[in-house]
Amino acid sequence: MTTVEKPVYSVIGTRPIRPDGVEKVTGKAQYGADVHLPGMIYGRILRSPHAHARIRSIDTSAAAKHPGVLAVVTHGDLPAADDRVEELGETAVNVRELSSNILASDKVLYRGHAVAAVAAASPHVAEEALAKIKVDYEVLPAVVDVRDAMREDAPLLNEARRTKSMGGQVSDRPSNIASHNQFKAGDVEAAFAEADVVVEREFTTKMVHQGYVEPQNATAAWNSDGTLTVYTSTQGAFAVRAQLSEILRHPLARIKVVPMEIGGGFGGKTVVYLDPVAAVLSKKTGRPVKLTMNRAEVFEGTGPTSGTYIKIKAAAKDGRLTAVKATLAYEAGAYPGSSVGAGAMTMLSPYDVENFEIDAYDVVVNKPKTAAYRAPGAPAAAFATESAVDELTKKLGIDPLDFRRNSASRMGTRMVNGIAFPRIGNEETLDAAINSPHYRSPIEGPNRGRGVASGYWFNAGMQSSVTAAVNSDGTINLIEGSTDIGGTRASLAMQLAETLSVPYETIRPTVADTDSVGHNDVTGGSRTTFASGLAVYEAGMDVRRQMCARAAKLWSVDPDDVVYEGGKLRCTKDSTRELTFSELAKQSARTGGPIVGKASLLARGAGGAFATHIVDVEVDPETGKTTILRYTAVQDVGTAIHPAYVEGQIQGGVVQGIGWALNEEYAYDESGRMLNSSFLDYRMPTTLDVPMIDTIVVEVPNPGHPYGVRGVGEVPIVPPLAAIANAIADATGHRFTDLPMSPRRVLEALEGLE
Amino acid sequence: MEAFDYVAPRSLAEVYSHLGNGKRTLFLAGGTDVIVQLREGRRHCDQLIDLKHVPELMRHGFTSDGTLEIGAASPLAEIYEDAEVQRRLPGLVDAASLIGGIQIQSRASLGGNLCNASPAADSTPALMALGARLVIGSASGSREVAAEEFPAGPGQNSLRPGEILVQIKVPPQPAHSGAAYLRFIPRNEMDIAVASAGVRLVLSPDNSRIEDVRLALGAVGPTVILVNTNDLAGKAANAETFKLAGEMASAAARPIDDMRGGVAQRRRLVSVLTVRALNTALQRATEAR
Amino acid sequence: MRRSQVQTRLNGNDIDFLCEPRQSLLEVLRDELGFTGSKEGCNNGNCGACTVIMNGRIVNSCCVLAVETEGAEIQTIEGVAHGEKLHPLQQAFLEEAALQCGICTPGFIMSAKALLEREPNADEARIRHWLAGNLCRCTGYDKIVKAVLSAEPQLQEAKQS
Repeated sequence: MTTVEKPVYSVIGTRPIRPDGVEKVTGKAQYGADVHLPGMIYGRILRSPHAHARIRSIDTSAAAKHPGVLAVVTHGDLPAADDRVEELGETAVNVRELSSNILASDKVLYRGHAVAAVAAASPHVAEEALAKIKVDYEVLPAVVDVRDAMREDAPLLNEARRTKSMGGQVSDRPSNIASHNQFKAGDVEAAFAEADVVVEREFTTKMVHQGYVEPQNATAAWNSDGTLTVYTSTQGAFAVRAQLSEILRHPLARIKVVPMEIGGGFGGKTVVYLDPVAAVLSKKTGRPVKLTMNRAEVFEGTGPTSGTYIKIKAAAKDGRLTAVKATLAYEAGAYPGSSVGAGAMTMLSPYDVENFEIDAYDVVVNKPKTAAYRAPGAPAAAFATESAVDELTKKLGIDPLDFRRNSASRMGTRMVNGIAFPRIGNEETLDAAINSPHYRSPIEGPNRGRGVASGYWFNAGMQSSVTAAVNSDGTINLIEGSTDIGGTRASLAMQLAETLSVPYETIRPTVADTDSVGHNDVTGGSRTTFASGLAVYEAGMDVRRQMCARAAKLWSVDPDDVVYEGGKLRCTKDSTRELTFSELAKQSARTGGPIVGKASLLARGAGGAFATHIVDVEVDPETGKTTILRYTAVQDVGTAIHPAYVEGQIQGGVVQGIGWALNEEYAYDESGRMLNSSFLDYRMPTTLDVPMIDTIVVEVPNPGHPYGVRGVGEVPIVPPLAAIANAIADATGHRFTDLPMSPRRVLEALEGLE
Repeated sequence: MEAFDYVAPRSLAEVYSHLGNGKRTLFLAGGTDVIVQLREGRRHCDQLIDLKHVPELMRHGFTSDGTLEIGAASPLAEIYEDAEVQRRLPGLVDAASLIGGIQIQSRASLGGNLCNASPAADSTPALMALGARLVIGSASGSREVAAEEFPAGPGQNSLRPGEILVQIKVPPQPAHSGAAYLRFIPRNEMDIAVASAGVRLVLSPDNSRIEDVRLALGAVGPTVILVNTNDLAGKAANAETFKLAGEMASAAARPIDDMRGGVAQRRRLVSVLTVRALNTALQRATEAR
Repeated sequence: MRRSQVQTRLNGNDIDFLCEPRQSLLEVLRDELGFTGSKEGCNNGNCGACTVIMNGRIVNSCCVLAVETEGAEIQTIEGVAHGEKLHPLQQAFLEEAALQCGICTPGFIMSAKALLEREPNADEARIRHWLAGNLCRCTGYDKIVKAVLSAEPQLQEAKQS
């Protein structure tokens, strides 16, 4: 659906087959675990059985003697790491903490924390040897819940940790609260005093995992000349290289990271776990070493997203949202760096609300260090805001979408960080939801209910580099460095085809290794189609300029007298002078050599994305089980480059949100042991748990991109948690404030059990 | 995974010849549990005996008296895809067709499900409700036990050293009877039962009265529980009686609280499942066959 | 460790290989035979990424020991297309954008292929039931189910011709 007048495109908006598609449907595509190098051996990792313990000693001698074992490594095999913060991926990372997370140094901080690793001729032999490593632990009390960890008498993960606050204040006492930030404007207390209605609630969400189907893997070859090559599954080869360089103290140029096809990431594959271990094992053995995680290791040893506690007080007056006061506490896991800041900064974005006061706490607990997960921090925060807003509208007797429309943020509205929105599509998205066939149809039948919720995600820009090499037959090799998780080779090739007015099929995109293309930041923050797309556009314009110059040379005219139009070069002064793209490409050798368009940029002007979701549910009052009957996701995508993959991103995000809302959680016992580290008991939705997901694509072009692209992938996971909670409240009359809304929790609430 | 020897005997006699040699032995039928258990270090063995090459363990069929005999290692899919089994024993098909996804059903067996002796095993309540008997073999002969006598505790069956489960016998079902199996899982696939109920309802010839109910409950005790339902005999087959049966199920349940479910939740669920399964069984009993 | 020799039929070709009893079919396919199209997502039978067709039925190859495949007939994703000629399901997955990261795709195609060989007109409910042993985290299943539905007429056409 075109919401705003936009140019007529020839390639953008079509649905071509992705360039990497045939390889993937025939099983030929090479993922990280498919790498096989001559002489390759296998590594396995020993992990902590305790959630919190001091390592007194590690005895690896028996393991080293186990037949078939070639090397054993521990933290001592990593170079000493500095206590400083670097930008090494999507976020800033403390190098010492990153290194301690790779292989534990003095303490283990969560069950599953890597302690040692073995390389052997077969993975089975490596595993046998792990059993022979003796670790002497002094077990310490563990704390696994964010509110428990904030208590003054809580066990401390790090005695030296002090709370840092905005403005550089540091607490006197050690604490598990790593940081406290506040966002504030207006006068919330005055607004509460004069409000028509006020709602105050507490919400909790559990840690959840990205759940990518491909486990982490890394194959490293430490070569005789001191160069290191790593084949890995990552959202950002350059981020892996930077982290390896810091952890191993090895120059960037001597590390080559080869990004293999990636089997899902959703933010979780922006951090390294195995790569440095494979590197040191390879250095020690002189053999290429492959490490892969099993599923339990993925759950227990990689970064999920935070469990959260959120308290919110919201007020409305005259049918608008007027004030919000909120406290957010997010579990960072073993080391600081949760996504609480993003939660705080996005939770009010759908609204033009004058008075707010948001306190955000980043808290360490004895669980895996959290990593990014799709719109990191935003879904839990939106769960609180959108549930509270729903309750306000119920109390006021106002339609929940009309209320949102009345309170909607628009161009010029200030976000909580004080920055004014550029052109955004929040109102258009709400209008499309209000007018959707779904919302206009009645919801009927017992135990059924409808819920709506909105959400926002910033989307990112960051750095991208591409080159577009024009071949003599007019085909083009597009070399880029952004991991393609879900079709970006297609969306980038399409933008180049549009820019050059050439057929999509003539462009062959390749995701290159770190030796072969300029720096590219991670595929994260929904940035690739936007930022690498911007680079592709610039590279295409570079090609056009060069081709105009070549044509001018051939025709002996001034380059200003040559225009590039519809894939052809024309002389404005002489209508007989015309060359097609491929005709001129054929003459590149004669006119000055290869034509290669380049662009390297730091993309500014990322356009934020808004989504509003509508969901109908049925709750079985006898079992507490919720069935999703119908789901419609409305989203402003800017411009849908490849609409099928845009829809796919939205549908995938929604279904992850359904899982989060209804069944997914990290279940822990009191000692800090995860009880459900398998796909059997960590319940991601199956085909039978979801209906078809309807999408309504709204297009309000982003002024910061030549084709109007906004990021697409993240915001669809923001509204589902609240939308489903609101639907369940509508169906049952009971408001659920704790996730997941599992059958057990719903049944216990509805029947007053336990 | 630890190393082990693999043997694939071609006859029962050959199976027995591999037993009693002092080696820690496990049996491989569909492997969907035992391979995972070995890989995760939850079980250990020196030798793994593959039962799938023993003909009598791999076939199923009805005898002349209407008994369904199922080789203990036969894959579930082969049983529930059998049109005759579907017609005569829909209550067994209920259970066999919901253990795992299709991939699991291609391999997993009733024998394996029984021998694993999980309190949440799907086939066990269904087989108990149907009055199934199990044929246990050893080098010295064979014996038969009722399905309800087989589980001995969580993960424990009552096989003695040297014995294997050879066959499951589902007797011909009484006239005017119907059976059903239902479980509750949080998702709609890939889950272990939080609670389950297998029932068989036998009605009087005019369908007005209950003659007998067999009710077995899963995942609400250390083993599958066969509920004493004598008080239901003679009552009308209606909602009121079924509600009473549900209450009997709740009262008989001895659930634990774990990651998969709570005590009160499970008590409530067995009651709901019992009622729903009885309704299905009633429908099946009264349908023309 | 003593290795056993196993003879089997893989994608229509008779092959033999040596393996340890503890090696799964998935492990041997990937690490010994170089058939890496079958993927490991969980290694305990809960995700379906390693689905292959064995003796006409779909199985999780992580839950089959390689030694068990003596005399078996196995088909993997590598055996589905004929050269550049894709199977109608593969073509449908491409045209319907039914994959994002693609790691689950081989498993889904093997499962769907076995379904359509049994039930060429399977409806949405049946497809969802049959594919419930295959996890996908990217797509929300919508386009996968649509791809299988859209492959049905193509497959029947291909059979008739």
